Amino acid sequence: MAFRFAQSAIDAVQGRLELRDAGAGGFVSFEGWVRDHNEGKEVTALEYEAFQELALKEGGRILAEALERFPIKRALCIHRVGALQLTDLAVWVGVSAVHRGEAFDACRYIIDEVKHRVPIWKKEHYRNGDSGWVNCEQCAAAPLHSHHADQHHAALDVDIGK
Amino acid sequence: MPVYGLVLAGGSSSRMQRDKASLPYRGKTQLDRAFGLAARHCAEVFVSVRATQVADPARAAHPMLVDSIPGEGPIIGIRSALAAFPRVAWLVIACDLPLLSDSTLDFLLLERDPHSLATAFFSAHDNLPEPLCAVWEPAAAAALAEYQSAGGQCPRKFLMRNRAKLLEPLDARALDNVNTPEEYAAALAALEISTMKLRVQYFALMREQAGRSEETLETAATTPAELYGELATRYGFTLAREQLKVAVNSEFSEWSRPLAAGDDVVFIPPVAGG
Repeated sequence: MAFRFAQSAIDAVQGRLELRDAGAGGFVSFEGWVRDHNEGKEVTALEYEAFQELALKEGGRILAEALERFPIKRALCIHRVGALQLTDLAVWVGVSAVHRGEAFDACRYIIDEVKHRVPIWKKEHYRNGDSGWVNCEQCAAAPLHSHHADQHHAALDVDIGK
Repeated sequence: MPVYGLVLAGGSSSRMQRDKASLPYRGKTQLDRAFGLAARHCAEVFVSVRATQVADPARAAHPMLVDSIPGEGPIIGIRSALAAFPRVAWLVIACDLPLLSDSTLDFLLLERDPHSLATAFFSAHDNLPEPLCAVWEPAAAAALAEYQSAGGQCPRKFLMRNRAKLLEPLDARALDNVNTPEEYAAALAALEISTMKLRVQYFALMREQAGRSEETLETAATTPAELYGELATRYGFTLAREQLKVAVNSEFSEWSRPLAAGDDVVFIPPVAGG
């Protein structure tokens, strides 16, 4: 039961091994991949940066919440930091459970909460040479917009394929 | 004849290396304190600004008088005020006099001589007139214009050469101005405002805008909210505080939590994991 960071490629096979449980009848994982476009811009590369001390605590709390809310066996989330290329694995969530329904639900819960709560930031590099911190630059351009929170959710919902 | 207040806040703050108007004292900026002080003695108060400063939020929070006369320096601000309201005398105070008190201004206004061009104090440091805590009379407008057209720039020299009533200061430190970080520290100490050392770490957009990933700093801020205000002014952060969260000692915190010496503060811009 852990949240952790990976400085280099995430080992999803190892993650899956850690979730094996004799009482589990199912395993669900989610992988967030680096995509070549976001908000109409062509993305060429990404950087992730984290406030790791707090991120580990908050990530751990999310996994503990998932265990409490859903009858699952084990859960794990691994997030990349550093420079990533297109198609790289950015985040991996795995859940094992007695039945598949809870595993799907818990996996969805974990990735949604991680995206909204854990202090991790993503800088996108674009084909046109620009770069920007996702969810920060558009806020700075239009500070205190009354639909500010909605804009966040909209951006979060499209930034990885789900 | 009414006396209006004019707070001078047009300086370049080059020795302070941050905008002097925004230096905080118990969560209030130097400019806000000076404005509040003047407002207790004058019916109308304006902040004197250069045209390039009108968009600055710290200044724009107050009524502003924009320099209407070409040039730079305090005389331009004073002349612009005298031109804007020709039948008004002006209590002119620089924004960087944190030890200036109500009793000093009461005394200045009581002793004011409307028949002089100005009423001012002798500086306790060099016994020369102090032009930036003074009442300037309407008649000074023409004399100042003449002085400048002859190449004069220094309001102190102007007061030495013209008819001004000069007073011995009540309090030797009342006119101490704050030009350097050392003078700011001395003013905080004189006001019995304690400062403390904090560590601040910066991530992502905050790191890029601050130009560093961490620093230890001496601050008079008592809460994360005050600290953000101070650092946002220093580094020009583009995000409003309402868009951020804050962590103290690696745990999410309220903005109003009292800070203690040695605390580790992180401002958290909108996150984007996944």
